[in-house]
Amino acid sequence: MHKVALIVALAAILVASSAIAQESDSLAVPPPISLKAYDTPSDKGGSITLEWELSPGDTGENGIITGYRIIRYVGSPESSEVVAKVPGGTRRFVDSRTHDGTAYYYQVVALADSVASAPVIAGPVQSKQQWFDRTRANLLVIALILVFAITYFIFLGAKGKELYIRRISGLEAIDEAVGRATEMGKPILFIPGIQDMDNVQTVAGMTLLAHIARKAATYETKLEVPVSRSIVMSVGRETVRQAYLEAGRPDLYNDDIVHYITDEQFGYVAAVDGIMVRQRPAACFYLGAFFAESLILAETGNSIGAIQVAGTAMPTQLPFFVAACDYTLIGEELFAASAYLSKDRKMQGSLKGQDAGKAIALIFIVAGVALATLASTTGNETLLAASNWLRRLFTMNF
Amino acid sequence: MIILESQPILTTPVAHAVGVWIASLLTLMIFSFLYKDNPFYKFAEHLFVGISAAYWMTVAFWTTLIPNMIARLWPAHMGGVLPAAVGQPREWIYIIPFAFGIILLTRLVSRIAWLSRWAMGFVIGFAAGTNFTRYLQSDFVSQIHSTMVPLYQPGATTASTIGNIFSQLVVFGGVVSALVYFFFSKEHKGAFGRVARFGIWILMAAFGASFGYTVMARISLLTGRMNYLIQWVKGASW
Repeated sequence: MHKVALIVALAAILVASSAIAQESDSLAVPPPISLKAYDTPSDKGGSITLEWELSPGDTGENGIITGYRIIRYVGSPESSEVVAKVPGGTRRFVDSRTHDGTAYYYQVVALADSVASAPVIAGPVQSKQQWFDRTRANLLVIALILVFAITYFIFLGAKGKELYIRRISGLEAIDEAVGRATEMGKPILFIPGIQDMDNVQTVAGMTLLAHIARKAATYETKLEVPVSRSIVMSVGRETVRQAYLEAGRPDLYNDDIVHYITDEQFGYVAAVDGIMVRQRPAACFYLGAFFAESLILAETGNSIGAIQVAGTAMPTQLPFFVAACDYTLIGEELFAASAYLSKDRKMQGSLKGQDAGKAIALIFIVAGVALATLASTTGNETLLAASNWLRRLFTMNF
Repeated sequence: MIILESQPILTTPVAHAVGVWIASLLTLMIFSFLYKDNPFYKFAEHLFVGISAAYWMTVAFWTTLIPNMIARLWPAHMGGVLPAAVGQPREWIYIIPFAFGIILLTRLVSRIAWLSRWAMGFVIGFAAGTNFTRYLQSDFVSQIHSTMVPLYQPGATTASTIGNIFSQLVVFGGVVSALVYFFFSKEHKGAFGRVARFGIWILMAAFGASFGYTVMARISLLTGRMNYLIQWVKGASW
């Protein structure tokens, strides 16, 4: 009995001495300083940021601190969980696994190998979603400037001010191609690309389809519009129906003018190629967003001797259209087309507004390059700061 | 996001062989178009169009309509279809796209077909709005940022310095002249016209490089397909 009591007493002494040793070790490891925990700003919620000053023992290679352990709990420390361990020298950590509206407490302890310092505590803190991302404030300003420029010129156009738009040769070829199909008594083929209506190029293609359909209705020329998206088919039918109505020939319209083939890219291409070689249209229009099918379509159109007009803003497909088509609307010419063809002053105003946006971009590019060159050449600190600020104005995280 | 579970497809050597034969013969039928339009091509074309149209309709139904609409509005009824959705709270906000979907289908009834224009207007308006910020970031802001670099950047050697200057001049000159080309408010005459002409040369040079690059990629696709056919010929027991 005495022996048992002695063993228990010795064990208790050992545990106590171990705890005292640990505590004294812990006291030897200096904790980090000034821990701050706050909701991560300008985010979609679910994230809390921690910042602290390095422990006095965290002095790089000569220091004793090897890292920091980050602990999180809700309510009482009993529910603590280790969120992360970060290496020495770290001053910041973002906990991106929080639930919005829950009050969290954070402890950060410095680690010297296996020995931990006393914890520093911050909290309670809650994460929440922000309505406005302040890091994108520059984008808002740029967008507002562009919107203002476009609105201003639309307003001028609506007031009847004469707005000059230069000649775009590719667009004049559209009327020429429709005229040729009419003379030859052959159909017109219009391909609005293979993307859906959420692509602006398809939207631009639809506005051009309206123009071509109006001409086709006026000249009583057959129009064929195979599409690869169901929504494009719906919008295309509405567009063509309206165009035939405006041309005073609703009797010529039927829903089969715009018809769906398949969503599959090369299935669509195979079918369109088949239509080309069997119906032998005199004019082929490729106006919209295209991918690998561009050359296949344009080459088949070329092989049947059709006059071809293409337009896309896909940089990788433009070379093929330039090589295989008679006229190509390059990039923004496709978007400018509807304004140019309609002669509508409001639309021309919007085009003018876009030009104003390009002029602003040009000014900033020239100013930015000049400043950066001067700063690089002279090494002047003020110029360098101005140059960096100007560049930062055009970043995603202002 | 709710993900549908896929079942593994079991194949036998016979099924595999039949698949290879079908794929190879259809490849040859499609290639026959290079000679001229013919019944084999027509057969392959119509088969491809029919199968792919049905395939994409099925894909859209199971990957869009079911998980993104039905499962969010009626999660409790997804037991045999999408077990992961069962127990999830009903998301009433999806009533809006559901209503727009129904409105889009009014095209089938000529008397109220005009209603479908609302849904189409929503799609186009949404596309314009979301694309505005997307393109503003990627095609406007980022491009300006990337162009704002010094024309003079000293390199390790004189040759590299000259190389840096030349590269930056090409980038700067190319961007400015191409922007001038896309200016529609002013006629391309005089000095402005010369800058615009330089811009179109730059564009054509870029297109030439892109053409060559893409042709190489296409040749590799053709090589892959020819290789498939060669393997088929080698493996076929005539």
